[in-house]
Amino acid sequence: MEILVCARRVPDTSENEIELNAAANDIERDDLVYSVNEPDNYAVEEALQIRDRVGGNVTVVTIGGEDDEEILRRELAMGANQAVLVSDDAFAESDGKGIATILKSFVQKGHYDLILTGVQADDGAAQVGGMLAAMLDYPFASLVNAIAVEDGKLKVSREIEGGNREINQIDLPCVLSIQTGINEPRYVGMRGIRQVASVSIPTLGASDLGVDQSAVGQAAAKVSRIDYFVPALSKGAEMLHGSREANADRVLELVAAKGGLK
Amino acid sequence: MVGIFSPSLITDWLVPGRNLFLTIHVLGVACFFYIVAKRLVPLRRAERDLRFDHPLTRLGNVLKFWLGQWKHPRYKFAGTLHILIFAGFILLATRAFTVLIVGVSPNFVMPGLSGKTGHIYDIITDYAATVVFLCMIVAAVRRLVFKPARYAVPAKYGRGHTADAVFLLGLIALLMVADSLFAASNSAGHSRHGESVEALAVLSLPWMLKMVIGSMPMASLWGLNVGAYLLHELTFYFLLCYRPFGIQFHVETSLFSVYFAKLERGTLKPVRWGVPDEHLDQVKSFGVKKFEDFTWKHMLDFYSCADCGRCADNCPANAAGRPLAPRFLTIKARDYVFQHYPVLGRPQEGKPLIGTIYSEDEIWSCTTCGACEEECPLLVEYIDKIVDLRRGMIDDGNVPQSLQKPLKALESRGNPYGKMEKKKADWAKSAEFQQTCSVKILERNRSAENSAGNPPDTLYFVDSITSYDDRMQSIARSTSRILTHLGENFAILGAAEKDSGHEVRRFGEELLFQALRDHNTEAIKESGVERIVTADPHAYNALKHDYKDMPPVEHISQVIAREVKSGNIQFDGVKNEDNVYTYHDPCYLGRHNQICDEPRSVLDAIPGLKRVEMKRSRDRSFCCGGGGLMLFYEPKEEQRMGVLRVRMAAEAGANVIVTACPFCMVNIEDAIKVAGLEGKMSAIDLTELVDQCISRESIPEKQETVMVGG
Repeated sequence: MEILVCARRVPDTSENEIELNAAANDIERDDLVYSVNEPDNYAVEEALQIRDRVGGNVTVVTIGGEDDEEILRRELAMGANQAVLVSDDAFAESDGKGIATILKSFVQKGHYDLILTGVQADDGAAQVGGMLAAMLDYPFASLVNAIAVEDGKLKVSREIEGGNREINQIDLPCVLSIQTGINEPRYVGMRGIRQVASVSIPTLGASDLGVDQSAVGQAAAKVSRIDYFVPALSKGAEMLHGSREANADRVLELVAAKGGLK
Repeated sequence: MVGIFSPSLITDWLVPGRNLFLTIHVLGVACFFYIVAKRLVPLRRAERDLRFDHPLTRLGNVLKFWLGQWKHPRYKFAGTLHILIFAGFILLATRAFTVLIVGVSPNFVMPGLSGKTGHIYDIITDYAATVVFLCMIVAAVRRLVFKPARYAVPAKYGRGHTADAVFLLGLIALLMVADSLFAASNSAGHSRHGESVEALAVLSLPWMLKMVIGSMPMASLWGLNVGAYLLHELTFYFLLCYRPFGIQFHVETSLFSVYFAKLERGTLKPVRWGVPDEHLDQVKSFGVKKFEDFTWKHMLDFYSCADCGRCADNCPANAAGRPLAPRFLTIKARDYVFQHYPVLGRPQEGKPLIGTIYSEDEIWSCTTCGACEEECPLLVEYIDKIVDLRRGMIDDGNVPQSLQKPLKALESRGNPYGKMEKKKADWAKSAEFQQTCSVKILERNRSAENSAGNPPDTLYFVDSITSYDDRMQSIARSTSRILTHLGENFAILGAAEKDSGHEVRRFGEELLFQALRDHNTEAIKESGVERIVTADPHAYNALKHDYKDMPPVEHISQVIAREVKSGNIQFDGVKNEDNVYTYHDPCYLGRHNQICDEPRSVLDAIPGLKRVEMKRSRDRSFCCGGGGLMLFYEPKEEQRMGVLRVRMAAEAGANVIVTACPFCMVNIEDAIKVAGLEGKMSAIDLTELVDQCISRESIPEKQETVMVGG
């Protein structure tokens, strides 16, 4: 099976202190460290596991600049067969539809049976997967947390409210957005990254893909960010005072009141 | 020992006795060497291990740990029993060989053992055989009646080992009886002929047997003599050839295991012996994945283990109910090698070890505290094997999710918490603290301008947890105040300091460790300091053993102890005289680096401080739960190691646990809460206690300090 995974490089929320910049229209980007968007990493792991079960190839693609190559190397170190960087000045400031348009051109350049995206990017809107499927006229399933390959079709499990699962059958080729927890992504160590340090990663631009430049980039974007703010910290935790037994009872009560217990 | 009717003279047997015994000798010896050769096959397929250096030190180890049985008395009863048996075997070896040769050459006398010397030797060995025989009885009774808990085999590890043990004890007892009966019937026969015989040792087994058989008719004596000889011969060779199939193989292998034992404490084996760091990229696979990835010495360890259970008895992971017992790490590997390298037949290809004989959780459960290695009488190594197995898992990407985040953060931020580098020295910047103490911060490449005119000679290496953790920052501040009190010209690296990588290395991520080490090494060299002080035993161990070409490194407890001794640190009395203190030895300070006396001497110098010892202390200290990445790992366990440790402190009658390691502090403070002892028990770091009690009146003049150790 030929599998494409669309991945993105995002500031790692666990390793950064996100602060607003002086103009309050973006976060302070100096001194940030980045990593592959977490759900995308699960998508790559899932692709690798499917490949190892049924054969085929895994390609990882990202749209961005030179810096974004870092995550492609990480996914190559995980075991992806190839990685492609899609990069062009014309793509800068694209909205979700723009990104989906670029990816659609990329997909049409190859032959993929299955396209995976992460359920959403840490700084994203969970929209590209669905748009891409629509543009390609492929079926789409979101929030996928299990995949089984069954001749020419997939059986996928989707997470729905309350942690329940719904099982769908879906025709190939299709687009799936992958929920975290679908698997346990393998670790990529320093050694793995060093071993792929010299693998060449092809870069494709707008003309290579035949992207209509008027449909992408800032000019075509119909959604733009106008403000960015960090909500004020609320009062904080409620401290329970009392005996351990009384506190335990109160915690149970509170959790039940918030719907955490049935 | 020469008999009037030496068995070799039997002529009415089907074959002449001499030929029979010669045949048994040849067959027995050939069989033994064949089996041993088969046992050596996996060792020849194993990874390299460079253990041929320092022959004198190694010989010293043999004298101390093998011949001197150094570790055995740590378990008084079993240890004494073993020393007696061992001594008996050593004494009896010559006698056994003499008896064997007598079967072929009746007048043989071992050179040097003729005449009076020979008689004295006979007397001694009469007693030796008796003692060994009695020890077998006692050991069998222990095994069958008293059943010490450490010999038990949990169901998940298969059937119990008692039957094997008792069978072996029985064989040895039989050998002793056969030997004694042969001596007794010889002596009785000689006496009957009216020859002068040298007396058997009074009350020895041969002596008693002679009392029993002395009045037998000559023919019966003759039969007994031949029977005893044959029994001795067969038992001897059966035992010889049976030993390589179980724990008794240690009789042969222990000498080599001890000679080739690891010499340096606190260190780890390289990824591949003989491959320098810069060539590691060419190594195809890291760590141990299949059995043959172990080094030959580690395989030898599997053969040498005597199944005494002391490792598991001391293992905190085992005590806490984690799925790890060092003993079974070895036993399972031995079962594997016996199965895959059979004595009859060809070696079989095996599956990867993880997922077959070992589980992932088993291998991640180890805190590398070293209690098992400290205890093992045969110096079997565990930490290097565990780390090698982890290296293999890391190489395969097989790492628990709970560890992946901190490892990634260590890669991108240089600390497992993912905190910003620029905040590393924030603990030194609070206004309140700066009023009492000012800490120089060397950022990288700025050392010169920062400290122009007065470059620091001492580096305080803080490490990640003490820099970033709110609670542990108190240790950093106390350490700084103590160094300031002593008039030391010291500095910290601040943002230029990355995690020491101690646990990164011990969790098997060697290349990430090397990146951290190289970064810190460069920063330390640029700083131009002449010595390093740290309050974190893990950083101490890393800088001392894992890094190369460092200036001398000291743990703060060594500095304080020295300055207390020289009078530069004096104490006011302890604040609360009702408190009872106990000192918890951090594994990487006490066991791995043998710094046990210094912290205690500091505590004992504080007027009015009452101190008690926990049952498990010094090199038998009980791990608090592990440091570094172990704080992130989510073990499968029945209870926390820290809770067990806190209970030990309570049992000793203490209500304050003093430690000298930030990770011990995390684990013990958590454990106090979990154990429900909040308010009744507290924990304090040695530096915090010293900082509280130090007499500020006596500000010492800065003098040339003499480094100890380093």
